[in-house]
Amino acid sequence: MASLKDLKLRIASVKSTQKITKAKQMVAAAKLRKAQAAAEAARPYQERLGNVVGSLAAKVVVTPNTPKLLTGTGKDQVHLLLVANSDRGLAGAFNSNIVKAARLKAEELQAQGKTVKFFLVGRKGRPVINRLFPGQIVAQFDTMGFKQLGFTEAQAIAAQLLDLFQKGEFDVAHLFYSQFRSAIAQIPTEVQLIPAIAAPAELSNGAVVEYEPDEEGILADLLPRNISVQVYKALLENAASEQGASMTAMDNATRNAGELIGKLTIEYNRSRQAAITKELIEIISGAEAL
Amino acid sequence: MAGLHLELVSPERLVRSAEVHMVVVPGTEGDFGVLAGHAPLMSSIRPGEIAIYATAGAQPELIRIEGGFAEVSAKGLTILAEKLEPVTVQ
Repeated sequence: MASLKDLKLRIASVKSTQKITKAKQMVAAAKLRKAQAAAEAARPYQERLGNVVGSLAAKVVVTPNTPKLLTGTGKDQVHLLLVANSDRGLAGAFNSNIVKAARLKAEELQAQGKTVKFFLVGRKGRPVINRLFPGQIVAQFDTMGFKQLGFTEAQAIAAQLLDLFQKGEFDVAHLFYSQFRSAIAQIPTEVQLIPAIAAPAELSNGAVVEYEPDEEGILADLLPRNISVQVYKALLENAASEQGASMTAMDNATRNAGELIGKLTIEYNRSRQAAITKELIEIISGAEAL
Repeated sequence: MAGLHLELVSPERLVRSAEVHMVVVPGTEGDFGVLAGHAPLMSSIRPGEIAIYATAGAQPELIRIEGGFAEVSAKGLTILAEKLEPVTVQ
């Protein structure tokens, strides 16, 4: 049995851990609200752009001039997985869930004989992916320096991605991030970025729409933009998910620490009492012997 | 006459949603004015300035735009742009 002093030290240590988890929980709760607001504010743009691209993509007749971003390169041999993670831990299974989704996809693709490459955003997923798929990380985007990821960062990531695409480094791009549902539920999600998937078109009442320049010109302009927006959406959803996951994980940790402190305190009191009783018995039996 | 419904949207947020009289947009193939009841149109935008006329004959409000996309439908005019900055009138 642990001595009284050991128990006391243990209780103090758990208490200071609890303080940290509690602080982190409150910080996450405050940040979550902000991140959620940002994600919601960005939705109108995503929806409208998605609608426009969808209806345009459905109308365009595929010709050799059609942007490659829409039709693809005609092959699907090399797949690029763009995995968006966060930079910090203390967020429960947030990062490992995203990495797991990407890993399953990568294994599935490799089983089909495809080549898989990785493009990592954020710091957390790197060690795991580097161990499982050594040498397959072709690019990464460091997000450590940014307090809050804005559209500029999303554009930079998209530009890097498009650059790789133009160099013919890959044929198909998938984006992995965590969709925010609530503070308790974050769903690891996969989106195919390139080639763009034509969403079911919502035609504007069948009216004849004029295009300036022509459909293909607009598409060539819009598709890269759409990728930035998709990446931006992923970053925002990720930010909200991370805070949500962090809040839940820290809430659990704080509660566990509380339980542990309770148990240890009871054990401490018991052994203290046992020690006193033992001393009393020694004194009494000593007195009786006289 | 009912006004034109204008929506200015940036990736971060819905910047403005308002009823206006007329908007002049710098399209890639030339500026064009949009009034209520304009035929459906989609156009990309070159970097320039959007002029928003709240009422007929009013002083236009200028907004700097770094390229983007305009869509005119029965619902009104929607402008999607990465960067929108109000221009202060001298």
